[in-house]
Amino acid sequence: MEQIEQFSFDFQTEIPHIIRESRDEIRLQMGEFAGPLDLLLYLIKQEQANIFDIPIARITDEYLKYIRLIKSLDTSLAADFLVMAATLIEIKSKMLLPREISEAPDEEIEDPRRELVDRLLEYETYKNASQMLWTRSTVEQAIFTRGKIESDENNTEVNSNVFDLLKIFQKILAKHKEDVILKIEREEMSLAEMLKKLKAMFREREQLHLLELLREMSTRQEIILAFIAVLELVRMGNVTLLQQSIFGDVVLTKSK
Amino acid sequence: MDLETERQPRSINEIVAIIEALIFVADEPVSAKLLAEVLDEDRETIEAAVEQLQNEYQHRESGLTLREIAGGWQISTRAEFHTEVRKFLKTRPNAKLSLAALETLAVIAYKQPVTVPEILEIRGVQSASAIKTLLDKRLITAKGRKETVGRPMQYGTSKEFLLQFGLKDLSELPSIEDFEDLAGSI
Repeated sequence: MEQIEQFSFDFQTEIPHIIRESRDEIRLQMGEFAGPLDLLLYLIKQEQANIFDIPIARITDEYLKYIRLIKSLDTSLAADFLVMAATLIEIKSKMLLPREISEAPDEEIEDPRRELVDRLLEYETYKNASQMLWTRSTVEQAIFTRGKIESDENNTEVNSNVFDLLKIFQKILAKHKEDVILKIEREEMSLAEMLKKLKAMFREREQLHLLELLREMSTRQEIILAFIAVLELVRMGNVTLLQQSIFGDVVLTKSK
Repeated sequence: MDLETERQPRSINEIVAIIEALIFVADEPVSAKLLAEVLDEDRETIEAAVEQLQNEYQHRESGLTLREIAGGWQISTRAEFHTEVRKFLKTRPNAKLSLAALETLAVIAYKQPVTVPEILEIRGVQSASAIKTLLDKRLITAKGRKETVGRPMQYGTSKEFLLQFGLKDLSELPSIEDFEDLAGSI
């Protein structure tokens, strides 16, 4: 198409200015990368290295250098970049190992970089295809069709259908639900209150069975508090403990 | 159509004129099939008429052009005049897709139907939010589940994709081999 030339851009230099940040991308000082393969490809091109004979030691060092630059990454994204770092280091170490002389000399020795090269080539294929899409959409944005005939549809303020409304309504409902959950506050008891409660119980009677006492508590937190309160009472010498059999119930008796 | 009276056979010029009127009022690209139905003419006649109309626009160097897009015909402005048209409409180009979204879209366009793990394998990075963006923009749609472990969802491009990228149909995309040949060069 003759039009393309007019709207052609240098993809490498233009991209950083028109793309917004998203969770899928990282933005470094010199540009933006859509993933570890993208960064790797960039480094290989920067080094003007042959993709079929990647200087793996140098590229690995470069890659690790850039990885350190990446700050506050989305965790899953960071993980993908780190996986690539690990792959590079693995290949680098394999390349350092002396190769065993194959017993069958005809057998081709697998280059440790082979799989990575294949992946890079496949990735670059689709990256090139995405540049084509980018160019197409740029040209397409320069083409206009007749505006819609006067109707609600061309009024941008109500340019939505019932399903859009429903979607938004559901979103709001869902959000509201979350809010409510966040607002619920559990009634919480303090240790002091629990101590007071236990002391009140001992005012009425001489003895309490630990199991029974704990069973009366309704929440996990209350059980824990009650247990701590009992320990506290023992420490202060208000009650003594008595266990009649091994693993049996513990009886709390008010000290005289 | 419910024309009860016998109508006179139309001249080709008349057919061309009616087709122009119909394409003009349509919100979306109009398929040759639909034109044939409305005019009650056969497909060959319609196709010849559309071609004539297209030539007419070209010959008089019109500001408009008739083009085939997303399986139909559409009248649109010529790209050359985008500056003036934008100035008149007071619009600016839409926000572009992100690099990640474009890459994901390219993989989906060429490998469809394709699953999320398959996209991850090619891109080497999680593509969940790119996929969400593409779904929100209606450029891709879910195309059923793949009968494999975990029955992952498969995605493919939509009609909106054809419209936004100015494509007649998917076969108009350059072949992936062209991009393969480019890959690996410095």
